[in-house]
Amino acid sequence: MLQKYLFAKNEDIPAGTSSIFFAFSAIVWFVIGTGLGTFNAAKLGFPDWITGYQMFAFGKMRQVHVMAVIFGWISMAFASAMMYITPALGNTKLWSEKLGVWSCLNWNIGLAVGLITMWMGMTSGREYSDFIYPIDLIFLFFVLIPVSLNVWMTIAHRRTQGIYTTNWFFAASSFMFIIVLLVGNLPEYFHLTGLTEAYLTWWNAHNILGLWITPVAAAIAYYTIPKITGNPLYSHRIGHLHFWSIVIFYSTPAAHHLMSAPLPEWLKSFASVEGVLILVPAIAFVSNILLTMQGKWNMFVENIETRFTVTGVLLAIPLNMQGGFQQTRSINWYIHGTGWIVAHAHLALLGFSTFIEVAAVYYGMQTLMKRKLYSLALANFHFWMLLIGFSIYWISMTIAGLIQGAGKIYEVPYIDIVVAEHPYMIARWFGGTLVFLGNCVWLYNMYMTARVGTPLPAGRMAHELAYER
Amino acid sequence: MAFREYKIGSVMFGVALSLSMAITLVMPSYNIIAVGATATALDKQLTYGQVSGFSFHDPFLKGEGKPKKVLLKQDPMTGAPMESMYAYVFSADTPFPSGILHPQVLGKGVRELSIEQGKINDALTPGGAVFVVKEGEFEGKPYPYIENATATKGWKPDEVLKSAGDANTIYAGAGKQMFVREGCWWCHTLLPEQTQDFQVFGPPPLLGDFNGESPTAFGSDRKAPDLLHVGSRNSSKEWMMLHFFNPRLVQPHSIMPRFDYLWGETDANGDKINYDAWRKAYIEYRNGERVMPPDVPAYRSDSEIRYLIDFVLNLK
Repeated sequence: MLQKYLFAKNEDIPAGTSSIFFAFSAIVWFVIGTGLGTFNAAKLGFPDWITGYQMFAFGKMRQVHVMAVIFGWISMAFASAMMYITPALGNTKLWSEKLGVWSCLNWNIGLAVGLITMWMGMTSGREYSDFIYPIDLIFLFFVLIPVSLNVWMTIAHRRTQGIYTTNWFFAASSFMFIIVLLVGNLPEYFHLTGLTEAYLTWWNAHNILGLWITPVAAAIAYYTIPKITGNPLYSHRIGHLHFWSIVIFYSTPAAHHLMSAPLPEWLKSFASVEGVLILVPAIAFVSNILLTMQGKWNMFVENIETRFTVTGVLLAIPLNMQGGFQQTRSINWYIHGTGWIVAHAHLALLGFSTFIEVAAVYYGMQTLMKRKLYSLALANFHFWMLLIGFSIYWISMTIAGLIQGAGKIYEVPYIDIVVAEHPYMIARWFGGTLVFLGNCVWLYNMYMTARVGTPLPAGRMAHELAYER
Repeated sequence: MAFREYKIGSVMFGVALSLSMAITLVMPSYNIIAVGATATALDKQLTYGQVSGFSFHDPFLKGEGKPKKVLLKQDPMTGAPMESMYAYVFSADTPFPSGILHPQVLGKGVRELSIEQGKINDALTPGGAVFVVKEGEFEGKPYPYIENATATKGWKPDEVLKSAGDANTIYAGAGKQMFVREGCWWCHTLLPEQTQDFQVFGPPPLLGDFNGESPTAFGSDRKAPDLLHVGSRNSSKEWMMLHFFNPRLVQPHSIMPRFDYLWGETDANGDKINYDAWRKAYIEYRNGERVMPPDVPAYRSDSEIRYLIDFVLNLK
């Protein structure tokens, strides 16, 4: 399928091709990533389940799950959204579909190689930059920079006068992601050591979240909600506030991940204050989207894309309330390094950003393939599996984290904490399994949409048509 | 280019991002590089070698190209008894750590002493070198420093290893490679937190304890106890051996994975280890069908589990 377009002339490639390839790759990586996640959770719940294979040891697989989800599912879904939303908002075509198709191919190959080498044990030993640095460089120059170039050039060649909020975020976030990966991996290129290495590891990890995943997910919601509901964005001024406060406040609190490390105290205090100020973009974003929904709240119930997006936006409320305050010294003292943080990370990635991206993929694929979704029942099933599975995961890990925190503070022998949190480890595995099964159904639904979905008449949007099944 | 309507915005964006990076990257680095290395930092980098994790010296993280820490009880050249001390043996072609290659990471006092009295600049990778950590005085203040014993005392790597013997050789450098590769740090941190941790798990690390070490592998998720000082609270090789082979042998409620595969194909006597039979016997034991668990095979002195146990016990 893909090779048909790799060597075709750019003009001969249908609009949306690269977005469709990115979307299906993203869904496949989502199935793989959540499958690995539920396997890992099972290993924690039942440590004697599969033993004796080096490959299936928890310590070898944990980072494969994390990287598959971040760089496979989340980032590729972003790329898919960028490849169709950027030209749509510029009233133009994608700058180069061919470059998009090639970056999709490079991305899949590079990620597969990166995950396999990491699974074999080839790792840098630095969290969130676990890939060995040759893979990082390949990802940067053959994947990320081509994708970003496509976004920037499409915006530069737009046929509208202004640039809509979503496209500011796309252009700026892809630029910042390049800088973050370049700087964050400096310890590996130049063998920087000690606290410099430790700090840059978390500078990188924090900014992947803060300057790439959070703003791009928000940018997608800025497109899908006004587009699907037909309401104009509530306020562009609040959009401005969101954008600038992301750049200023979200890029600075990296040190709050290392509150117990011997870093300069001024840096930790500064990071903690800036961390609370992340509430500024967060509140701006959530209020802007929810106010855009005015008069169209029926679509939250009736329309699957709106429901996914708004659920993601609503999940951003607990996410940011946790995120703003859990990194202050007093709260961090209690919950640092516990399951609370694991729950928070899944609230950000599996809650907030995944729900928004799922909507972007549902909407984009129906629009680009000009086919109505194969089955609404399966899409609803997918929604509830994701939401219930995620909720079980989040609640159980939050409880486990509070138990761990109490055990930490009151000097309980560690094994008693392990015993106390074991039921929640099993609950987390169950929740993760629901998410995985929901995603398998989603993959089937999207595949059937591509094969036998009802064709959309020209000029009509997918949700304007009644469902046949 | 059609960003012209956004000229001010683009400039503002550049200014904002640069300011953020100046505050979060440039300013802290002045503080961090001003910190001098402690004796702990010198010990760690001489023990772990240049870099743990991936490098082209050890792409598959097998523990190759790592120094060995030895406990010397006699002078390796003359054989005369002496007060026991640790030496760090870099055999030929073992890459040197940051402190030797870039002494500026050590901080001023340590750097000057290491270069002038320790002669670390005379160390050459092809021939290998033996280092020791000494106490010295610079501008009236005490500092630890690295001494290149190959240059100052004529100690040769091979002779030092031979003099110490296998029982007094600590493969903690290769062991840290195992620690990183096997993902121990996904559950065990190397950073006691600002809580009562300090009473249970030992004192927090100091500012200068990390100079020259990479990766620091602090870890972020505590599904298990902190290990920074684990060698001080449990120094039993036998306990470690049982615990790594199957943690449930010594701690029935543990959720730690088994690391039996680090024993390799054969045991200390060169006999093939029958893992299937062991697991079968263990299941019988767990089901109450036998009274004692099966014996854990003794590990080879060059097995990966020996490296890892050496690393863990060396965390004092």
